[in-house]
Amino acid sequence: MDVEQYGEEARVKNMINIPNIDQAIFAKRKRANKIGLALSTGAMALGMIFLLWILSVLVFKGFSALNVSLFTQSTPAPGSDGGGLANAIVGSLMLVGCCTLISTPIGVLAGLYLSEYGDRSRIAAITRFVTDIMLSAPSIVIGLFVYAFVVAQVRHFSGWAGTIALALIAIPVVVRTTENMLRLVPGSLREAAYALGTPKWKVAFMITLRAAQSGVMTGILLALARVSGETAPLLFTALNNQFFSTNMNAPMANLPVVIFQFAMSPYDNWVELAWGGALLITFAVLGLNILARVVFRKKVQG
Amino acid sequence: MSNMKTMFDLNQIDSQGGRVDLNSNQQASKEVVNALEVRNLNFFYGAFQGLKDINLNIEEGKVTAFIGPSGCGKSTLLRTLNRMYDLYPGQRAEGEINFYGQNILESGQDLNLLRSRIGMVFQKPTPFPMSIYENIAFGVRLYEKLSRSEMDERVEWALNKAALWNEAKDKLNQSGLSLSGGQQQRLCIARGVAVKPSVILLDEPTSALDPISTGKIEELINELKHEYTIAIVTHNMQQAARVSDYTAYMYLGSLIEYGKTDEIFIKPKRKETEDYITGRFG
Repeated sequence: MDVEQYGEEARVKNMINIPNIDQAIFAKRKRANKIGLALSTGAMALGMIFLLWILSVLVFKGFSALNVSLFTQSTPAPGSDGGGLANAIVGSLMLVGCCTLISTPIGVLAGLYLSEYGDRSRIAAITRFVTDIMLSAPSIVIGLFVYAFVVAQVRHFSGWAGTIALALIAIPVVVRTTENMLRLVPGSLREAAYALGTPKWKVAFMITLRAAQSGVMTGILLALARVSGETAPLLFTALNNQFFSTNMNAPMANLPVVIFQFAMSPYDNWVELAWGGALLITFAVLGLNILARVVFRKKVQG
Repeated sequence: MSNMKTMFDLNQIDSQGGRVDLNSNQQASKEVVNALEVRNLNFFYGAFQGLKDINLNIEEGKVTAFIGPSGCGKSTLLRTLNRMYDLYPGQRAEGEINFYGQNILESGQDLNLLRSRIGMVFQKPTPFPMSIYENIAFGVRLYEKLSRSEMDERVEWALNKAALWNEAKDKLNQSGLSLSGGQQQRLCIARGVAVKPSVILLDEPTSALDPISTGKIEELINELKHEYTIAIVTHNMQQAARVSDYTAYMYLGSLIEYGKTDEIFIKPKRKETEDYITGRFG
């Protein structure tokens, strides 16, 4: 014990009495470090507090709305009791599903073009620029665009119009992540494929894309997570439908718009359903994000 | 001229993958056949000249080693031999490289076909993101249509050639990435051999490997040279001395000395070569 105490003392002494060290600068460094650490911890805590606040309110209010009828019954008429969100859940799944089917091939192929073919060409530079603008375009603008070019032309709201609006939001996300993921594939792998006499398209599709597979999947999942919560573009396109419908050519119920309308309604059961829907959609997005992380981690290991 | 084999003549390769006909011809006539003849080759990275007036012959069925300090152009030379540089805009070569009499630097060459005849293995192992079996079948499928059993045979043959069969035969369906570094490099060699090229270019194939894997790959080079023409770039002079028949010493983009490996290492003609080999320089 004596020895340990002696050692500790000597260590502290040494740290303070090292020759050639300006004590004032040393103290200043330590102070600056403490301030920096305190500021960044504070910022982290502030962010986490709000995040957990939102989540806890959501769980607290939404959990009571979760029951079997939420999944089996359609949205109730004004003034009637009970009801569920079956039509909105199915509608959202269909809209997002069709959006995936449209945006995945277009986004992945465009990303492949940007990374493997266009590279430094002018068209690629323009495509990249436009994609970046689209990434940050307000979603309501995209909703209005689809309204003007699809809804106004066919003269009715429809699931297809909603799908197109969602796809327009998802495509840039998929394009950019696909391109970035393909760029991470080492050039040596491409060279190795070319060295066997592989034609360019085969190198792109069978080697590079395959090597970036999980990264590209992650991009698609994140794009899905982004569009599944979009409300604004659906307001002008898919609108809503009080009844259960799987007709993509007709107005279609969907969770975000239902939440929007029900949350502002005077009926208690509607408000409760809105909380339930919000909880569902949040957990769906959370699930997609977790799935994306799991998929991406697999790549890093393998 | 009867020995001349153009790159487009795939028929001269027999079913076993060897070039038996050519070897027997060569033995009968004892004449030296050059797989590649480099004439007045200049190479440019944009405005920078990477190779200066290179002239040399790479003899068929022999191992030719390129040595020299970093940045001397040995890898650049290797990459002109299968026109790998062509992938990058701004890189160009002038002069002639005759591959069995055909100048591959001429425009209008089918580069994919050329690269299937002149294979290449790189410094870092680059297994494709697929199973071991598929890694090898991938290249074969590009130019040949084989039945399932023929493909199985070819995969086994190639893995045997690369001395990997015993280690890999029980896990052909596992990812090529699951192999160790040395095994991955041998898989890459097997992949290159499987398409039955006539020339194999090795760009520092052992610089990322441990001594045991290096030894295996050197043994492999000794095996392969009976059937393939091999050009190898190496930083390791002992390796060049061990595996090669001919050695070229390069410095600052120029070919300083080229000759039989024994002569280069025992009695170099040029002072620069001697300095490099004996470690007084570089």
